[in-house]
Amino acid sequence: MIPSIPQPVFTRFCYRVYVAVFFIYLALPLAVVCVFAFNDSVFPSLPWEGFTLAWFFGTDAPFIGVFNERSIMRSIGTSAFVAIWVSGLSVAVGTSNAFLFARHEFRGKALLYMLMLLPLIIPGVILGISILVFSSSVANTLEDATGLWFDGLRPGLMLVILGQFSFITTFATLVISARLQKFDPSLEEAALNLGASKWGAIRQITIPFLLPAILASAVVAMLMSFENFNTTLMLVGSESPLTITMFDKLKQGSTPVLNAVSLLLMAASAILGLLSLLFQNKKS
Amino acid sequence: MSSDTSRLGLYLLLAPIFLWLTVLIILPHVGLFIVSISEKVGPRDYDTGFANYAAFFTEPLYWRTFARTTIMSVLATVLTLILGFPIAYYIAKLTKGRAKTTLFLMCMIPFWVSELVRTFGWMILLRETGVFSNLLQYLGLVTGPVEMLYNDAAIMVGLVYTSILFMVVPLVTTLDSLDDSLIEAGYDLGGTNTSIMREIVIPHAMPGIVSGCIVVFMLSLGNYLTPILLGGKDSLWFTGMIYTQFITRFNWELGSAFGFLLLALSSLVVFLGLKVSGQSLSNTMGRS
Repeated sequence: MIPSIPQPVFTRFCYRVYVAVFFIYLALPLAVVCVFAFNDSVFPSLPWEGFTLAWFFGTDAPFIGVFNERSIMRSIGTSAFVAIWVSGLSVAVGTSNAFLFARHEFRGKALLYMLMLLPLIIPGVILGISILVFSSSVANTLEDATGLWFDGLRPGLMLVILGQFSFITTFATLVISARLQKFDPSLEEAALNLGASKWGAIRQITIPFLLPAILASAVVAMLMSFENFNTTLMLVGSESPLTITMFDKLKQGSTPVLNAVSLLLMAASAILGLLSLLFQNKKS
Repeated sequence: MSSDTSRLGLYLLLAPIFLWLTVLIILPHVGLFIVSISEKVGPRDYDTGFANYAAFFTEPLYWRTFARTTIMSVLATVLTLILGFPIAYYIAKLTKGRAKTTLFLMCMIPFWVSELVRTFGWMILLRETGVFSNLLQYLGLVTGPVEMLYNDAAIMVGLVYTSILFMVVPLVTTLDSLDDSLIEAGYDLGGTNTSIMREIVIPHAMPGIVSGCIVVFMLSLGNYLTPILLGGKDSLWFTGMIYTQFITRFNWELGSAFGFLLLALSSLVVFLGLKVSGQSLSNTMGRS
């Protein structure tokens, strides 16, 4: 079935309908989440009680808007803190890995590359519990040996950051490697011929060339960190990131505040997603 | 460029990757295995043994949940393939230029939205007071509210929704590389729609089908949110069981054994998938 081979009109019509239905299926849940953020009712469900912005800006119970709901605002802050750390760390290690795999030959390179890909095929829950178990046993050993407390190794933000970093780094490595492979080494050699130091050449020629990929992977890393649930769930302590707070609220019974948060989250993702596409388009 | 500085550079670049992989991936999984083979005999007193694994096989609830999770994940994978293939084919072969990019990007939308938000959307649609229930009553098809949430079908809808993107994207990539003239030649030689699909299109798309299926199966197996929120309290999912052992029961030894079993199953499927299709991990995953 290709355009150059005529097909019966009815078959083509059915195919179009199926594709249309599929995209409705994709859009429907997201659309209802957005629509019910503006419903003037305490439940995110029909009947439609009229349009309101109370779930964003409201101050009177039960209509407390997102911007006045302290637990949500605090967890957005926590998520942003985690996301910035994860993004910074994974881009730094990802860039270093990209240079390692593109520029150096050494024994066991293929094996190391395969190990680097492993986090992609480990389920997030398992990644979470393995880091939880390991850090707890390290903390126990250290506390027994020294008599001091090692709270950083107990469930909390530091473990959340490490847990997310452990698999997001793989994505950063892949994105930056792809860009570095397109780099023409003669540009760097030219800089060396003109008297630049090795470091100077990398800093002034190679890094600017890599910058779009670095920025794009930083944005994607931030997005993945913001949205991560499975790994975070196992490692979270008393301060919970946004997805965990929303999950707890959802289990207790939902109000349209959650729709409002979701809408904001979607808007933020859309902006970040467009940004990363923009960076990647600059590449070509 | 002297070889000494190059060696130094190599070691400097090796340090972060080693630190990352050893401390966050390899050692934790070794640790997980060690905990899974230890049995508690008293406070802070442990023996080595396979009692946790034995508990898994003797307690029907545990292995049945494991089997149920596996079967549901396989079903979700098959459904995703069947539903996603026509879409991928449509995008790759029947659209061009701008329309193609737009449709492709639209498939990506669910990826940019948190899984929690997607699941929440399905809850609003399917629950007793939800949109579908009200719509059916409005149309006069049913007399009272209908609960569509908290059953296996709801889980399936959610799982397919969450993972369809990971099926469509590799399929579009492989179908894109199939030359139209091959299909035309098929028709010239008297092939029918079905025979061309079976003998030209599907064999060509096989690498995409395999990598899509692997990713979708893994994502379904490791999913936590969708079964818990859409399946309700009685829905048993293995990741939920791991969570219970770790956080609620505080039985880390049994939880670790469960975790290892889940990891073993998912690795086995990846391994078999790659073996059957004759591809390597670097080729399948490295491209994404």
